[in-house]
Amino acid sequence: MNIFEQLASYLSFPFVQYALIAGILIALCASLLGVTLVLKRFSVIGDGLSHVAFGALAIATVCKLSNSMLLVMPVTIVCAVLLLCMNHSAKIKGDAAIAMLSVIALAIGYLVQNLFSTSANISGDVCSTLFGSTRILTLSQTDVLVSVIMSIIVLGIFLLFYHKIFAVTFDETFAAATGVRASLYNLLIAVVTAVIIVLAMNFVGSLLISALIVFPTLSAMRLFRSFRGVILCAALLSVLCAAIGMLVSILASTPVGATIVVADGAAFCICCGIGAAIRR
Amino acid sequence: MAQLCCTDLTLGYEGVAVTEHLSFTVNAGEYWYIVGENGSGKSTLVKALLRLKAPMAGKIETGDGLQPDEIGYLPQQTALQRDFPASVQEIVRSGCLNRSGLRPFYTKQQKQLAQEVMERLGIAPLAKRCYQTLSGGQQQRVLLARALCATRKMLLLDEPVTGLDPRSQTELYELIARLNQEDGVTILMISHDMEAAVRYASHILHISKTPLFSGTKSDYLQSDIGRIYATERTDGDEHL
Repeated sequence: MNIFEQLASYLSFPFVQYALIAGILIALCASLLGVTLVLKRFSVIGDGLSHVAFGALAIATVCKLSNSMLLVMPVTIVCAVLLLCMNHSAKIKGDAAIAMLSVIALAIGYLVQNLFSTSANISGDVCSTLFGSTRILTLSQTDVLVSVIMSIIVLGIFLLFYHKIFAVTFDETFAAATGVRASLYNLLIAVVTAVIIVLAMNFVGSLLISALIVFPTLSAMRLFRSFRGVILCAALLSVLCAAIGMLVSILASTPVGATIVVADGAAFCICCGIGAAIRR
Repeated sequence: MAQLCCTDLTLGYEGVAVTEHLSFTVNAGEYWYIVGENGSGKSTLVKALLRLKAPMAGKIETGDGLQPDEIGYLPQQTALQRDFPASVQEIVRSGCLNRSGLRPFYTKQQKQLAQEVMERLGIAPLAKRCYQTLSGGQQQRVLLARALCATRKMLLLDEPVTGLDPRSQTELYELIARLNQEDGVTILMISHDMEAAVRYASHILHISKTPLFSGTKSDYLQSDIGRIYATERTDGDEHL
């Protein structure tokens, strides 16, 4: 059986199709948000918020909530708003605030899981939250539907508010001074970021979501020097790397999340090379 | 009514007043220099004028057809902007956004306006260039063009020549003076450059813990503080 037949036979399974659809859509959304986040110097927010989500998830599990999202989502959104929107007035700024929140959330999550363990394999649970493991191959139809709806919302927001997002990212002060409601758009970006991170973490793990946010943008910035160029290139690269990463992981049975991150890393190196060649 | 009227302002942060009893009135077409030592409240005044931060006391009123969000702003450059991937055209057009409402794209008029402003400031040939590859003087023109897309009535410039070489400084000053004289744009300039203030300003506001002076340039140069400050700053410049 050659490699294409093998691939075709795998692709006929619904769970593989679901994984591909959800993975690619999440990669797309993360890369779009990533452009704004990286340029606003919030590259590590993916990491921070996914740890917050991990902590909230642990508490929700211990409290035996029927739907853990009811706790995880609001907590993560509040943290995202605090980090992204209060940056100017806060006493502890940007990276320090993220680092603090991230570590404390991770610690509380792990502590709670240890103290009130509901499962026998704690380190396995923690590992799968951080690295995603096989969760993406066990998605239900509902999961896929949720990710499709979320992606449409994120895409819609980017199409509708593209210029405003540019203005707020480039120079928030000017935007606010000339009557663009900058704080509103910041809030919008924060909320959408939180939602995408929670969804993505659930599907692909918190390690991967950070990579999905930073890598496509940084790669695209090697090649393009306009905002539109960077956004389009980042989205394309992200989708491409997610697809390649997932197909490779299916064929070579490697861990999905890690394979996508490596694909993104490789794309970054290639873009650096091309970028250097162009500017020579 | 004047375009901008500040009455008995107290400015500060975290409950500590930096400047008190600040009153001044700006009429259309005037060219104000706002001078003062570091920490005298200049940047706090900028935030208050742009309505980013409410004054601790006193009133800021706009009139003569000037809306509060029609003060164009040329910020001090931030490190963040220097490696931002954006074309000149993208940045200049973003100045038109305040009249866009919820419309997701720029109208033909807005694009036309951006084009006219770029031509006026001599940066039209750079439209497709990347902002980060421009020289300091060109970058300031781009930000100036963006501000002019937002408003043609009043510009607030926060130390715009900082970091520019002397020739670019002169060019920028001349450009701003032309906008003031030919297009009737009211200028509020935050600056340390007393020599330029003496050359270009029509009015001077000298702030400190309490406002030291507010009025026309010639009165300022006659005043005690003006004589000391201007002489110090221009270091025996010949036209004093």
